[in-house]
Amino acid sequence: MGDVGAEPEETGKNGSISLLVVAGSGGHTTEVLRLVESLSLAYSPRHYVIADTDKMSEDKIRTLETSKNGMDVQPKFTIHHIPRSREVRQSWSSSVLTTLNALLYSVPLVFKLRPDMVLCNGPGTCVPLCVAGLLLGALGVKKVLIVYVESICRVETLSLSGKILYHLSDYFFVQWSTLKDKYPRSVYIGRIV
Amino acid sequence: MKTVFVTVGTTSFDELIESITSEEATQALSALGYKKLVLQVGRGSVLPGPDSCAGLLVHAFRFKDSIAEDIRDADLVISHAGAGSCLEALGAKRPLLVVVNDKLMDNHQLELAKQLHADSHLLYCTCSTLTETLRTMDLSVLTPFLPGQPQNFARFLDRALGLHTE
Repeated sequence: MGDVGAEPEETGKNGSISLLVVAGSGGHTTEVLRLVESLSLAYSPRHYVIADTDKMSEDKIRTLETSKNGMDVQPKFTIHHIPRSREVRQSWSSSVLTTLNALLYSVPLVFKLRPDMVLCNGPGTCVPLCVAGLLLGALGVKKVLIVYVESICRVETLSLSGKILYHLSDYFFVQWSTLKDKYPRSVYIGRIV
Repeated sequence: MKTVFVTVGTTSFDELIESITSEEATQALSALGYKKLVLQVGRGSVLPGPDSCAGLLVHAFRFKDSIAEDIRDADLVISHAGAGSCLEALGAKRPLLVVVNDKLMDNHQLELAKQLHADSHLLYCTCSTLTETLRTMDLSVLTPFLPGQPQNFARFLDRALGLHTE
């Protein structure tokens, strides 16, 4: 923080794209890591943000990064934790409060990391992080690309995060043609996880 | 040793763990020749002991860095409907029975399970129909699920961002 008002930064200067990856819980993490795995090393460094009640995600990330970096001694990734936006089974009204709480943590984190791109696939945590990224753009600090990939488990309807971020993302991927028909702004290039 | 691996992912699904370790389900598994039951129970409150099912060797744990080995060693995977677990089991070409948790608030998981079932990639049921499904299932009707193509995603992004990869 404290850097607000500095020179606007260009996306992908130096030919590398710094990435903020939202790792949610369980299946979301597995899916988003498949996407990260496919990206070239130009997408570096990679900052992972995990909802802090999740146990498995951090291990999965470290496993992936170990194989991605190979013998490279300089780690090109960091891992951060923020409070979870919405637990499975939590009511939507109390979700609003916890999402606001998550936003309080997301803004300073995103302003510090200043990613070129936020990549997410639907855990509740991704909404405040994307909003924080958009705020960087709105303040003229930096244009942050929002790339949203709707989970493969969404065949006919978008997730709550998807419904919100459909209007806010730069690239919005869906993985079933039924969704592409309903949401024409989306990108459908087959199953990608 | 013919093995069943049950996985509930990162959350909990006590009803599944209770159903699969019930006397009826255990008998159905034994009748199919299964000798070993491996249970990944996540944050659930039920953690069955090694001798909790007559006729089956039971091994239960909460979490592991990777369940890839458990999937690979299994002759049948029984999973919650989470995309990660489903895709991991299908990716490892293991016969998969998905048990849908009909008590979840937003039961979108059904969408994927139904679609993959319609495409003959898995069998699915609920906890209340689990034993019946085990008794009558025919795994030979299942067809392989081809993996998704994340490299197409990578190519799309490279182009969109004007990155030139060699």
